[in-house]
Amino acid sequence: MKTFLILGAGTGGTMMANKLSKRLDPQEWKIVLVDRDETHYYQPGFLFIPFGYYQPEDIYQPKRKFVPSGVEFVFSDIELIEPEANKVTLTKDKRVIHYDQLLIATGTNIHPEEIEGMQEGGWRKNIFDYYTFEGAMALKGFLQNFNGGRVVLNIAEMPIKCPVAPLEFMYLADYYFTKRGIRNKVDLVFSTPLSGAFTKPISSKLLGDVMERKGIHTEADFAISEVDSGKNKIKSYDGREIDYDLLVTIPTNMGSEVIARSGMGDDLNFVPTNKRTLRSDKYQNVWVVGDATNIPASKAGSVVHYSAETLIENIMCAVKGKELEAEFDGHSTCHIVSGYQKSLLIDFSYDTEPLSGLYPFPVVGPFPLLKESYFNYVGKLAFKWIYWNIMLKGIPFPLPPEYSIAGKRQVA
Amino acid sequence: MSVLDNVKFDADGYMEDPHAWTKEIAEAIAKREDVKLTDRSWVVIDYARKEFEAKGEAPTLRNITKNTDVDTKELYSLFPGGPGKLAAKVSGLHKPTGCI
Repeated sequence: MKTFLILGAGTGGTMMANKLSKRLDPQEWKIVLVDRDETHYYQPGFLFIPFGYYQPEDIYQPKRKFVPSGVEFVFSDIELIEPEANKVTLTKDKRVIHYDQLLIATGTNIHPEEIEGMQEGGWRKNIFDYYTFEGAMALKGFLQNFNGGRVVLNIAEMPIKCPVAPLEFMYLADYYFTKRGIRNKVDLVFSTPLSGAFTKPISSKLLGDVMERKGIHTEADFAISEVDSGKNKIKSYDGREIDYDLLVTIPTNMGSEVIARSGMGDDLNFVPTNKRTLRSDKYQNVWVVGDATNIPASKAGSVVHYSAETLIENIMCAVKGKELEAEFDGHSTCHIVSGYQKSLLIDFSYDTEPLSGLYPFPVVGPFPLLKESYFNYVGKLAFKWIYWNIMLKGIPFPLPPEYSIAGKRQVA
Repeated sequence: MSVLDNVKFDADGYMEDPHAWTKEIAEAIAKREDVKLTDRSWVVIDYARKEFEAKGEAPTLRNITKNTDVDTKELYSLFPGGPGKLAAKVSGLHKPTGCI
């Protein structure tokens, strides 16, 4: 019996466990899935928690519910991966698992301690993250009692999970304070190490224009050097300072510590991965999915979904001793909620910038790209149901995984 | 006649062929970008070139500060504005791809 070991039961690990259990011969393969937590969070929902648009119970479910029967599911931390010896040691009972094929899906976490002063005095008092369940809930409590002042969002460094979420936070904050009737008492400042609102030039311009229209100030090229929580200021390496009453931080994102301990990561503990085949650069029987990789695509659920199609085909080739056939094109689709029950949709790949037009099908769409629309917003809300009921279970749905230029136009 | 006359640059001012880079070209690019090069700047440039030879791309700021004795604050004083981009430019490398 051969062992297919999956480390991490988040979006990528769960989806792949479902796909692999359908494709690998159960007479020949045993699938083992390891994760330290029992709860699966619907991470796109974290954004809506602080504003009260989702309730906590909307966004979590037990992980076990999504694991197919026949897969051995182990709750444990991972102590060490030894890819040269094809083995992994778990923390629980020091269990050693020898594998034939390994899939790393250990994701990324925030590291506020990477920024000087971030976790001193103000942490979770008037400094919050919303990339964790606890952070989002704490911020919700703060916002309920907030009656005006300067709200500053800061992105510490790139890359981050879901690079559009900070923009959505600003758009939703504008909407939230307007609905509460105190928008005129709130200054909104968006500070980013990027030169504009987003990473790709055309959408950066468009999303930056939306910021301006909503009266949100963008402080670009702001590389944070420290937080002075005594004086409620953030400082940049080039000497700029921004005062805040509420600081919402997107701290440095790093891959799992076990990747560092095992000597398998880059400077941020992301695993060097072939961006086309999704196999580890170094080991023929090691695969990487989702936020754990260093591929130059967004760290986002849509990327996991599209890349899983490539990954399953290549893994099946490899276990049959064939050449790898499938190539991932970096396809990413992001919904950007802009408030007032509207959202924008962007669709891009390694080589192509977001274009306008209709998604996913030319002419009929129905979702307009790079434009605010109510229809897109309904699509975003419907996505929660799709995520729990279709995507995690690895059930194919009728969206083409390859990026397609059909139905799209270059923005002038 | 400048050493840059025969050097090809992309639209953003990065050298098209990093292999054509020389120390004289670095000095000339720095002058054009209004950056004064010191011994400390050369610690960064030499490291960036070494990383490029090994990995084929410009190192990230985090990688530079981890593997040299230059810290982030000093990087910003050596290459004001955007040290990642500016150091890559002076070192004759392509635009860093780190930000997605």
